[in-house]
Amino acid sequence: MTSARTLYDKHIDSHTVCRLDDQGHVLLYIDRQVINEYTSPQAFSGLREARRGVWRASTALAVVDHVNPTAPNRVAAMPDAGGARQVSYLAENCRDFGIELLDILDKRQGIEHVIAPEQGFILPGMVIAAGDSHTTTYGALGAFGFGIGTSEIEHLLASQTLVYKRLKSLRVTVDGALAPGLTSKDVIMALIGRIGASGATGYAIEFCGSTIDALSVEARMTICNMAVEAGARGAFMAPDEKVFAYLKDKPRAPKGALWEQAVEQWRALHSDADAQFDREVSLDASSLEPMVTWGTSPDQASPIGARVPDPQDVSDLILRQDMRRALNYMGLEAGMALSDIVISHAFIGSCTNARIEDLRDAASVVRGKRVAGHVRAMIVPGSTEVRNQAEAEGLAAIFIDAGFEWRQSGCSMCLAMNDDVLAPGDRCASSTNRNFEGRQGAGARTHLMSPAMVAAAAITGRLTDIRHFGDRP
Amino acid sequence: MSLQPFTRVSGKAAPMLAANIDTDVIMPKQFLKGIDRAGLDRGLFFDLRFLTDGQPNPGFVLNQPAWQGASFMVVGPNFGCGSSREHAVWGLKQMGIRALIGSSFAGIFYDNCQRNGVLLITLDEPLLQRLGRVVSQPEGAQISVDLQAQEIRLHDGELIPFEIDTLRKTALLLGLDAIGSTLQRSDQIKAFERQHLAANPWLS
Repeated sequence: MTSARTLYDKHIDSHTVCRLDDQGHVLLYIDRQVINEYTSPQAFSGLREARRGVWRASTALAVVDHVNPTAPNRVAAMPDAGGARQVSYLAENCRDFGIELLDILDKRQGIEHVIAPEQGFILPGMVIAAGDSHTTTYGALGAFGFGIGTSEIEHLLASQTLVYKRLKSLRVTVDGALAPGLTSKDVIMALIGRIGASGATGYAIEFCGSTIDALSVEARMTICNMAVEAGARGAFMAPDEKVFAYLKDKPRAPKGALWEQAVEQWRALHSDADAQFDREVSLDASSLEPMVTWGTSPDQASPIGARVPDPQDVSDLILRQDMRRALNYMGLEAGMALSDIVISHAFIGSCTNARIEDLRDAASVVRGKRVAGHVRAMIVPGSTEVRNQAEAEGLAAIFIDAGFEWRQSGCSMCLAMNDDVLAPGDRCASSTNRNFEGRQGAGARTHLMSPAMVAAAAITGRLTDIRHFGDRP
Repeated sequence: MSLQPFTRVSGKAAPMLAANIDTDVIMPKQFLKGIDRAGLDRGLFFDLRFLTDGQPNPGFVLNQPAWQGASFMVVGPNFGCGSSREHAVWGLKQMGIRALIGSSFAGIFYDNCQRNGVLLITLDEPLLQRLGRVVSQPEGAQISVDLQAQEIRLHDGELIPFEIDTLRKTALLLGLDAIGSTLQRSDQIKAFERQHLAANPWLS
């Protein structure tokens, strides 16, 4: 009889208020939530209508990120009535319920999943739920984060808990050294391509292996962030010295003796050696190539050296039809080289890939070069702090000299809820997380890839293998 | 807020069997700018349902006479993937959809449906495909779903049983207010919280 537990078990066990049945449902205590302007309004209205309060307001942090413009000159006003109403209602709700708000002019403003770690709001061992699917990002800090809808936000605000069903556990082991030019984005895109867009549905993923150990904390965030594109309802890594170093001295991280006590406890946050997982997948990082998507689902991805696949080669009828629909939407012919795909836009931004290391990567690619004449290229930093740091490091000047627009922070063209929207037929190399139909604008076409690959595509005007980028004239 | 209970519902079932229908497709971005739930029936599947000139797309299943006014949808794998936007579920509900039948659903979407009284039924892939073929014929579109008995009844009387967790079933049958139920455990939550914050004092 073994009592060995996975890290997922430890997160859930330590946050279980009570069991609700023998089918895996528990009442789960949630340590923190992050609130944005577009998924929260109806939750607050629900509280108001039922005359309920917020259980523990200090555990929530609100930020404006989805609807705000990213124009270089930042102003408080929202350009459209809907966005303006959402932003003012968020301010009203935060004031009335006592929740801290980082509004659009705050120096700490930014995309929720960038600013929450940046502020030390997320710590190892925490369970976090928030009204955004990419809440999985926090797994890189050894926390357990997952996305919820608006009704659950209301439930959480009112009770600090959620009715939660235990997931199955999936361990993904990534070993080997990444070749020069490859990033954690290529790791997660390769994984999604392999297991599919619902390959991890019903699972929480624990990532481990020498590749993960070697990655920076920010690079790990990219992996946990995009794990939701494989259907995972949570993805995390055991916290290590890199995580502790990343968090130490963050504004909201514990200080002094409390910090020492916390780190001591966090060191126990790992799966027991003989813990059993419901499923195991392994990935050889040394064999990976830079990845790009060619379709309208994140799992429709291939190495940049490949060709657009032919639906005729697929035996499964549904898969074949999906592939046909995707290629039709994307305006691509089976058999064409991915590196022949010409783009009209390049976008570096989003909670997946707009942190300072991403911008350093991209800047190193574009330094001294010019964006192709037919390409509109934009950089939208993940947070205002990232933007300020990039300016201090001289990265902004490199981007501007190369012909990129250097913008303010927000979710921006990742989901195009603000005025950063593509037109029908536009084709964008994008450092974001979803290549869905219409995601960046109705009829617009998205190719996902790493920030460095977006930078290279911006310069050449077509999808480009970063490994051979320097060879090009 | 309590919900409309789901007991036994009869109506048309519309097939939409493509894989990975995401919530961006179910409810596009331009319908996400409200602070209430109003008007989301207009946005549902907007880019598929309407042509660029604003006219209904006659090729879209919910615009076709046999499936117009459907109470159910029979959907492909990983339906509801992507964004957490509950607007997708509000839109489905406002269009009159009471239950979705599929082989797999995205996790956040699954919970959002549950919290809005929309029943999700999961069948294994071959059975789902067969059901999809049946309701794709206009004469097979009429079905009924009995949650208490956990059965789908097809137009010809065939019964398809389905599984559902008891906790979810009870909540749907009674239209329970989940927050009210949880807050009955306030003392338990407070006791847990005291012990949790004592063990992890940096969380205070």
